[in-house]
Amino acid sequence: MEKSAVFKGKLLPYLLLVPQLVITLVFFYWPASQAVWQSFLREDAFGLNSEFIGLENYQALLAQPEYYKAMATTVVFSSLVAALSLSIALLFATQADKNLKAAPTFKVMMIWPYAVAPAVAGVLWLFIFHPSLGTMARPLRMMGFNWNPMLNGNHAMALVVMAAVWKQIAYNFLFFLAGLQAIPRSVLEAGAIDGAGPYRRFWTITFPLLSPTTFFLLVVNVVYVFFDTFGIIDAVTGGGPAGATTTMVYKVYADGRLGGDLGGSAAQSVILMVIVIVLTAIQFRYVERKVQY
Amino acid sequence: MIRPQFALATLFACTLALASPAQAVTEIQWWHAMTGGNNDIVNKLAADFNASQPDYKVVPTFKGSYPDTMNAGIAAFRAGTAPHILQVFEVGTATMMSAKGAVKPVYQLMKDAGEPFDPNNYLPAITGYYSTSKGEMLSFPFNSSSMVMWVNLDALKKANIAEIPKTWPEVFEGAKKLKAAGYATCGFSNAWATWANIEQFSAWHNVPIGTKANGLDGFDTELKFNSPLHVQHLQTLIELQKDKTYDYSGRANASESRFGSGECPLFMTSSGYYATAKGTAKFAFTSVPMPYYPDVTGAPQNSIIGGASLWVMGGKKPEEYKGIAKFFSFLSDTDRQAKLHQESGYLPITKAAYEKTKADGFYDKNPILQTPLKELTNKEPTENSRGLRFGNMVQLRDVWSEEIEAALGGQKTAQQALDTAVSRGNAMLRTFEKTAK
Repeated sequence: MEKSAVFKGKLLPYLLLVPQLVITLVFFYWPASQAVWQSFLREDAFGLNSEFIGLENYQALLAQPEYYKAMATTVVFSSLVAALSLSIALLFATQADKNLKAAPTFKVMMIWPYAVAPAVAGVLWLFIFHPSLGTMARPLRMMGFNWNPMLNGNHAMALVVMAAVWKQIAYNFLFFLAGLQAIPRSVLEAGAIDGAGPYRRFWTITFPLLSPTTFFLLVVNVVYVFFDTFGIIDAVTGGGPAGATTTMVYKVYADGRLGGDLGGSAAQSVILMVIVIVLTAIQFRYVERKVQY
Repeated sequence: MIRPQFALATLFACTLALASPAQAVTEIQWWHAMTGGNNDIVNKLAADFNASQPDYKVVPTFKGSYPDTMNAGIAAFRAGTAPHILQVFEVGTATMMSAKGAVKPVYQLMKDAGEPFDPNNYLPAITGYYSTSKGEMLSFPFNSSSMVMWVNLDALKKANIAEIPKTWPEVFEGAKKLKAAGYATCGFSNAWATWANIEQFSAWHNVPIGTKANGLDGFDTELKFNSPLHVQHLQTLIELQKDKTYDYSGRANASESRFGSGECPLFMTSSGYYATAKGTAKFAFTSVPMPYYPDVTGAPQNSIIGGASLWVMGGKKPEEYKGIAKFFSFLSDTDRQAKLHQESGYLPITKAAYEKTKADGFYDKNPILQTPLKELTNKEPTENSRGLRFGNMVQLRDVWSEEIEAALGGQKTAQQALDTAVSRGNAMLRTFEKTAK
């Protein structure tokens, strides 16, 4: 026999769910359905005349070589940002978790970048690495390195990756640190008594026990690079040079806001939405199996 | 204890909200994109107008960059909260024109409001850009400029260049000498990548950017800027980029500071850069007309304008339109125009203001401000130099810039880059044609 209390009547549970459901409907399903509907229309920027054109927007989009390039750019950009920000944050968190005198100060300072708005973070990095004004660009040039993110796509990519990683490290750091502190000391001490060195202890005890945190951060980071890095790209490179830093979400903005092509832009956001849903589903279906709660 | 206070505050807020529309003064919202010194000029114009009469109040609001302002206006229109006056940069002209019902043409506004208005009082090189082929003025030119070459005179002296370069071969030669004289990272450069290398370049050499008089005669225009002359010019820039005799400065004008800081001694950008140059450059400088290729027959032709104009949005009340018409008359006043021109460096829009500035001897002391006017009026405009009007122009420029960047970055030849720019651009023009009808 189950001991849990059973509520009679069906009204109350639904009533309690209403606020949640309303929020999801208004802020997710409604705009998402609008985007889907708009992706079947051809409309001028002012919304004065619109015409139902079926899948023409999708056809036009998939015929554009630039769209595939943006997809490839997104893959490169997101894997770089996710991998770098997670591993660097983990490194910092393990260091901050040690019994150091300066650890509290270190922790506080590590969290600061998270409070910086993406566009501001972008501008900051742009100033440091601007080819003619930047404080870091001069030494680079003096070392004989032809630093030019204005024309060299790889340099521009490096710059936006640095800015995006820098901003995300703080967030990841915070969760990793909390995760580390939740690991029982006794387990680690037992490992130490058995003769495991710090390296081995980390990979066989700490890392597996951190896996719920790592998994959560992986999901959050993928969503971050897909959507939230837009402000950084806009401020630093504007998607250039020659489209080298135009990710899918930036292209949605460029085509929709700057180009006034709302239908094509909506079609792109629908595709982007599907990709992120699929990615998250894969993560929960396959990666989560390896997580030890 | 908290509740009565809250209630009082709510009541107070409601009273305020109810009170404001009851004012007798008609408010006219003006969204603009002017920064720095030009922002002050906008605010002063509005304040002067508001002080000059009791019935209308112009309220200027800064909305960000040119594209931001335009997008804010479009988004507001869709939401039913458009401003009365929207400042739109010249490349947004085709988009605004095609939005019938969303905008009220200026000629009609003036007629409906019974405001005296003669289009012949305005400089045709400027108003032509914002008028129909019949000469009906659609938007009111506010800040107009053209592209000029800014020259660091001290640098020329340092490099032993006796005469300011006039032609492209002279510029290339001079830039090499300047590079040798210490300007290692940038012999010459330009802001506004496509405005300089495609749009102005074409007009100045009397070659088409596109068919149908660069789109002025219809939206069924096709791009043509992959001609041998364009290819030759871009190919030369690619070669010079390799050792930074030429150095790319981006799509917009954020890198104008490379001239003011002394990094780039020869720099092409808007004549509207004057106020900033005056404030930042710590060396003797001047502006000269854009360079040209002397072997092209008829070059130099005339330049085309840039800058922005004021669009009146549709669906407003008649008395509000009356106020806008009065405000435009106020802006057209000769003394005010002349002063505006002399302070901001933007072009005068009326013939009278131009004549007055000339008669005052202003240009003898400030020849820099006459450079763009000389360019614009250099010759009678042709099909290729009257202006341009392409739909989706904001994004077209981005696509063209992408291809120029690919070429200068060494990924494509000039021919490949311009061919792709033309074909991608044509595809976008066809989409626009379908939506504009």
